[in-house]
Amino acid sequence: MLTSILAISLGAILTNNFILVQFLGICPFMGVSKKLDTAVGMGAAVTFVMGLASAVTWLVDTLLLEPMGLEYMQTVAFILVIASLVQLIEMFLQKSVPALYTALGVYLPLITTNCAVLGVAQANITSGYNLIESITYGITGGLGFLLAIVLFASIRERLEFADSPKCFEGFPLALVTAGLMALAFMGFSGLKVW
Amino acid sequence: MNLGKQFKEGLLTNNPVLVQLLGMCSVLAISTSLFNGIGMGICVTLVLIGSNVVISALRKIIPDKIRIAAFIVVIAGFVTVVDLLLKAYVPALSSSLGVFIPLIVVNCIILARAESVAYKSGIGASFMDGLFQGIGYTITLVILCIVREFLGYGTFGGGLIDVSNGFRIVLGGADGIRILPEGIGASLITMPCGGFITLGIMIAVMNWAMKKAADKSAAKEETK
Repeated sequence: MLTSILAISLGAILTNNFILVQFLGICPFMGVSKKLDTAVGMGAAVTFVMGLASAVTWLVDTLLLEPMGLEYMQTVAFILVIASLVQLIEMFLQKSVPALYTALGVYLPLITTNCAVLGVAQANITSGYNLIESITYGITGGLGFLLAIVLFASIRERLEFADSPKCFEGFPLALVTAGLMALAFMGFSGLKVW
Repeated sequence: MNLGKQFKEGLLTNNPVLVQLLGMCSVLAISTSLFNGIGMGICVTLVLIGSNVVISALRKIIPDKIRIAAFIVVIAGFVTVVDLLLKAYVPALSSSLGVFIPLIVVNCIILARAESVAYKSGIGASFMDGLFQGIGYTITLVILCIVREFLGYGTFGGGLIDVSNGFRIVLGGADGIRILPEGIGASLITMPCGGFITLGIMIAVMNWAMKKAADKSAAKEETK
């Protein structure tokens, strides 16, 4: 049990990083990585939602969809669960932790359309994880997202002053940077201890 | 109804991938063979047309406050239809695209078109917008696929064109036409890092070409 959790964590953070290896969650990765502090906020919010969504979608799938033979409704059910979860978290934070709510601000509603969240819910089901493994995969997947977006934002802050060709300015340069980061993360693929 | 303008917008000046920079995940992840590219393009186009038409038809009924949730339910319905159809009729495509078929739900292109066009205009205009944006997405994806497949594996039409036994179009499992000898292709291009870099260079080329065209037309204006 412990080894499987360790293996899942290591995989989700480094060897199978959601952004740089699996290409999930590219939109917020590109969109909210211009400044380091907003990147940290987004990463933290995504980690939280991914962990919670993993738990809830796993329960919905195992307790509701499977006994009723409605597996083909997974996509619809999962996206509804995620959307309402995000809405719920937003309302909860607004009432009880207004400081955190203002800090996360616009990033919360954006998480609904983050493919990493729906992706982790689907991956938990297709890999046949149990509840604890699913939650682990969700949280560590979020941590992998946090790691990647923080590294990326730090690089982009420095790139602001780089002298780049005119047509590469902005988005193309960011994509090439992400490509080089993905190349670096490929180095972790040899990390197979278990 | 200005069809020509809409067509040009979808394809070039307002291309969903190269200009609006939407829907990156699927574009980067599955653009390794022509088969994947065309398949994904058709799926996204179908979902885009379907959701645009339905949302446009329902735009007077959907309350403003919960419109995003309503859009997502409509989109998720169409994605489920496409997913089930692929599983039944083209299982090879379904397995090679994998999780990226259900993930069309959160493809920003579809939600963005629903919000900015379908919710505000008539059914006909929304249909054409879905079609042209879908074609723009498909063409970009196919070009990226051709480039990455050529540089990465040295082939053309992987999965789709089978030449081992005469020229045949198949659905999945074919090797494609070999252009470069085996072993020359840089497999790095087919890996995640290659996807980012190839798309980055493609957008840069697009920026350069658009700027050149803009300069040209500006120069023409001046000489007049």
